[in-house]
Parts: sequence; structure tokens; C-alpha cells
Amino acid sequence: MSELASPRPTVLPVAGPVDGRPERGRPRGTVRHAVSAVLLWLVAGLFLLPLVYTVATSLKPASEVFSVPPTLVGSELRWSNYVDALTYLPFQRFILNGVFVATAGTLITLVTASLSAYAFSRLRWRGRDALFGVFLVTLMIPQEILVVPMFSLMQTFGWVDTYRALIFPWAFTAFGVFLLRQFFLTVPQELSDAAVIDGAGKFRTFWSVMLPLARPSLAVLAVFTFIQYWNSFLWPLVITNTIEDKGTVPLGLSLFFSQQGSQWNLVMAASVVSMVPTVLLLLVLRRHLVSGIATAGLGGR
Amino acid sequence: MSVSSTARPPAPSASTSASTPAPRPSRGRRDDLVPALGFTAPSMLGLALFTAVPIGMSLVMSFYSWPIIGERSVRGVGNYVDLLTSPQFRRVVLNTVLFTVLYLPLNLLVSLGIALWVASVRRGRQALRVIFFIPVVTPIVANVLVWRMIYTPGGALDGLAQSAGVDAPNFLGDPRWAMASLVLMSVWQGFGYNMLVFSAALDGIPASINEAASLDGVSAWSRLRHITLPMISPSMFFASTMTLITTFQVFAQPYLLTGGGPGVATETLVLFVYRQGFASFALGSAAAAAWVLFALILLVTAVQFAGQKKWVNYDV
Repeated sequence: MSELASPRPTVLPVAGPVDGRPERGRPRGTVRHAVSAVLLWLVAGLFLLPLVYTVATSLKPASEVFSVPPTLVGSELRWSNYVDALTYLPFQRFILNGVFVATAGTLITLVTASLSAYAFSRLRWRGRDALFGVFLVTLMIPQEILVVPMFSLMQTFGWVDTYRALIFPWAFTAFGVFLLRQFFLTVPQELSDAAVIDGAGKFRTFWSVMLPLARPSLAVLAVFTFIQYWNSFLWPLVITNTIEDKGTVPLGLSLFFSQQGSQWNLVMAASVVSMVPTVLLLLVLRRHLVSGIATAGLGGR
Repeated sequence: MSVSSTARPPAPSASTSASTPAPRPSRGRRDDLVPALGFTAPSMLGLALFTAVPIGMSLVMSFYSWPIIGERSVRGVGNYVDLLTSPQFRRVVLNTVLFTVLYLPLNLLVSLGIALWVASVRRGRQALRVIFFIPVVTPIVANVLVWRMIYTPGGALDGLAQSAGVDAPNFLGDPRWAMASLVLMSVWQGFGYNMLVFSAALDGIPASINEAASLDGVSAWSRLRHITLPMISPSMFFASTMTLITTFQVFAQPYLLTGGGPGVATETLVLFVYRQGFASFALGSAAAAAWVLFALILLVTAVQFAGQKKWVNYDV
């Protein structure tokens, strides 16, 4: 951000006096902005370097992983690393398990959270605010504290080492309720009044009027819930005994590392595979990222 | 009256909707209690079964000797006494506090700095925000493995140092470096979330305010100190509170990066809870340790809330 950095207007990506128009803008400020932008992109590049290095390592032959000085590209692009990494352990299984568990958990979260968010925002009933307060308090309780008793509860249910145990315990967080309630509060009352006049009941109003409007908020909640399930590590580690059968991707990755830890090119190939779905979802959500955090209340839960 | 503003910090950017109670929708004096119970029943049952019940169980278990398999017996406060008199456990608490004290300010500083920086550029803001957010969404296990490869002797950092003719320290094996390495890796992976929280708040500041101040000749630094920071102070309070809570629960980083070592130099509370419960199979003792963690979180959060009046500005 230094003002002293030498200005090179020809490569600067911002519009300024360069385009010849006699703008009232201050050239010094424009140059400073441009330098600052270039520096920021450099910082972003540096920030991404570990991930770039990960992808690069995943394509190297084993003998070239720790070359001195470190390089990004090896003597060949060994795509077979991916095949080796994904067949040593049943990674397809981990991916399927992960998709199944995360999808089921996300669906349950969306259904239950939107139902109660509607009641907490659009219906008028005794005890509503008090009960919502209780919901909010549960947000303060960290999952990690519940892991030990949850395991005991699962023992009681006979759910240890099942998909049910991976899905249900964390599908009822108050977070989604809060997020969707924040959105429903912004919907004009006239819309639901019109539905009532047309003869719609409460559920019909919820289903045909509110839910379609809430699509962006539902998308934000869905993506974040899915990613949380996909990445979850401590709970699957505790509750899953037969990793090769019921393991999710992080468990498989950790198992793979404990068995093949010295094969960094393969470990990195498996890591890349685990990261790809989350990055894709992030790109899908990119337009709603900031607005989602601002309006849906992620930033203010 | 407003539930949100008493139980939780109001939403920084959407503060109006968060701190005002829900509108009274139905005309007339009708009470929708019965349909409301129908709508909320699934969530309430789920929360009761999977949150309220475990909390109760956890409290009970912490007063028992409760092996995973076998006889349970009442121990009273024995688990707590054992923990609090154990030098190892005290070290674990200390490590957790140390990690938090190092991580929290760094996280807030970096996330606020980058958020301000990104907001100041004219193009590509969305792309930059997505980039800094990537490690927040990628699996923590994968992130940790990446950094393990970077830190490990002979790894990327060591290789860089060697080619520069310097001896790199053993980042994960040296007790003087292990904690710092853990913190650095965690800041890299985690600051993107708060950056987005701050970005959302910054986007919510009307541009006219800063323009007016700028025309009046207020310097950039003064605008930051006297306009921008006070206006996003609710977000800063929210971010610091939530980050504090999650920081106390750090698990995957010590578990996979250092294994809590060298010795117990980086063993944190949740790692201790995990090992006590699922390596030593002493669920009672693990539950008690989890309550110590919870108490710690409540204490620090209470201090935060007590201190917020001094610096958090909700009036803007």
C-alpha cells in the first residue's frame, strides 16, 4: 500500500485519467488505489499458495515431493496418483457415505428449520418469544461438549456405528431456525394476507407463499449445512467403528494418512478430492455469500 | 422484549430486523398456539432429544465413574477433583487458553485488515472474498494435512530454508514452535469467516457518511477510527464472541498436526476430552472435563458481554 511504489499506469486494471477523459479524480489517489489492488492480489496469491502446492504435490512422482528447493511442477504430471489414492482405501464409499449423510442431514434441517421459523415469525401465540429465547440459548452450547453424552445416548438407542447416528443428532440446531426467521420477518404482511383472503390455510401460506420467497435463504442454509456435515470430523470419529463401511470423507482421509502418511503425493491427491465439492458449492453460492451473511443473519446470529 | 437483543448480540448489519420483535401478524385477537405447536414440534422434539437430554446426561455422567462398557458407580465430585489437581489437566487448560490468547487477536486483526483492504479496491471484491473464504469451507482434516506437509521436517518450509542456506526449526516437534505453528495454520484456515462478517458490515455503511467526512478534510485514519470502526463495532463484538467460543474447542489441528505434542505442549481441552472418553474409555471424567470447558466458555463470554457497553455502539 506504499505510496512510494513506482506507478506503472499501463498495467493497472482500474480506470483512471489514463483513458484520456479529463476527470476530476485525483491521479495520486488512483495510482495508490491501483498499487493497493495489485498488492492485495499478491497477498491473495500467497494465501492460496498452500492449496496450489497441494494440487501440485498431488501430481508429482513420490520421489520428487520434497525436492530442494521446493518446486511446483515435477518431471511429469502423474494423474495416476489419484487412481492410487482412491483405490487403496474405498474412497468411493467414503464419498457416497459423505454425500448421503450430508444430504439427509441438510434435508431434515431445511424442513424442520423452515417450519418452526415460520411459526416464530408469522404466527402469533402465547410463549412464542420465550420459547424462541430457549432456542437461541441452545446456540451457545458447543457441539464438542455434547459429544460424550451423545455417544452414551447412541449406545442407549443402539445407534453406534450407524448412518442414523451420523445424521440425526446435529440436524436440529437452532441456527437454521434463526436464519430463516430473520428472512421471514422481512416478507411484507400483505403477501400472506392476500393468501389468507384467497382461502389459504396456515400451511398453504407457508408452503406456497413463504417458502418460494425464501429460496435464497434456504440455499444459503442448505450449502452451509451440507458443508458442515461433509467436513464434520470429531463426531464421526467418535461414533463410527467400521470406517471402511460407514466412514465419511474426513475419516477416510485421516485413516489414509495414518496408513500412508509418508506418501505425501497420494495423501494430497486424496485431500484435493475431499476439497473439490466444498469449493464447487462455494462457487455456486458466491453471489449470495456476503448478502447471505448480512441479511440472513449469519453474521448476527 | 426483544429476545434477540438480550440473548444474543443483534445482527450487525441487519440489526433492525434482529432487534425488533416479530410483527404481530394476525388481525384480531386470535392466538395461533395450536398450529404454532404443530409447526415447531419437529424442531422442539429434536432439540429436546439431541440437546437438552445430552446436557442433562452430561451433568449426571460427570459425577459418575462411567466406563464405556461395564459397571457405573457414583463418584460425586471425584472426577472434578482428580482433574483440577492433575498437573496434566492444568497444563491442558493452560494450552487452550494460550492458544485462544494467541489466535483470537490475530484472527480479528487479519480478518478486519483484509476486509477493509478488499472493500477499498474497486474491482474483483467478490472474487477476493471467495478466495479468502476457501479454507473455511474445505475439510479441516484436509487443511491440516496440507500444513503438516508444509511444516514437517524435510517439507516445504524446511526445503525453502535449506535452499536459502538456513536451518529451519522443527516446527511441529519443537515445543517452542509447535503452538505457534498451530496458531498460524488456524489463522490461515479460519479468518475468512470473520472477514466476511466484517465485509457484510462494511457494505452496510452508507457511502455518503465517509464521503461527507472526506470532503470535510477528515483523514483516512480518522475516518477509520471515528466512523468505520464504531459503525461496525456490533460485528466486531459478534465476531470476537463467536470466535472465542469456537477457539476454545479447537480439536482437529492438535489431533492431526501435533497429536497434542511434543509431550503435552499442544494438547487442548477437546483433545483431552476425546482421549479421556474414547482412548481411556472414561466417559465420566471426559464429561467432567467438558464441563470445565463449558464453564470456561461461559466465564469468558460473560466478561465479554459485561465489557461490551464500553466499546460497542448499537445506535448507528
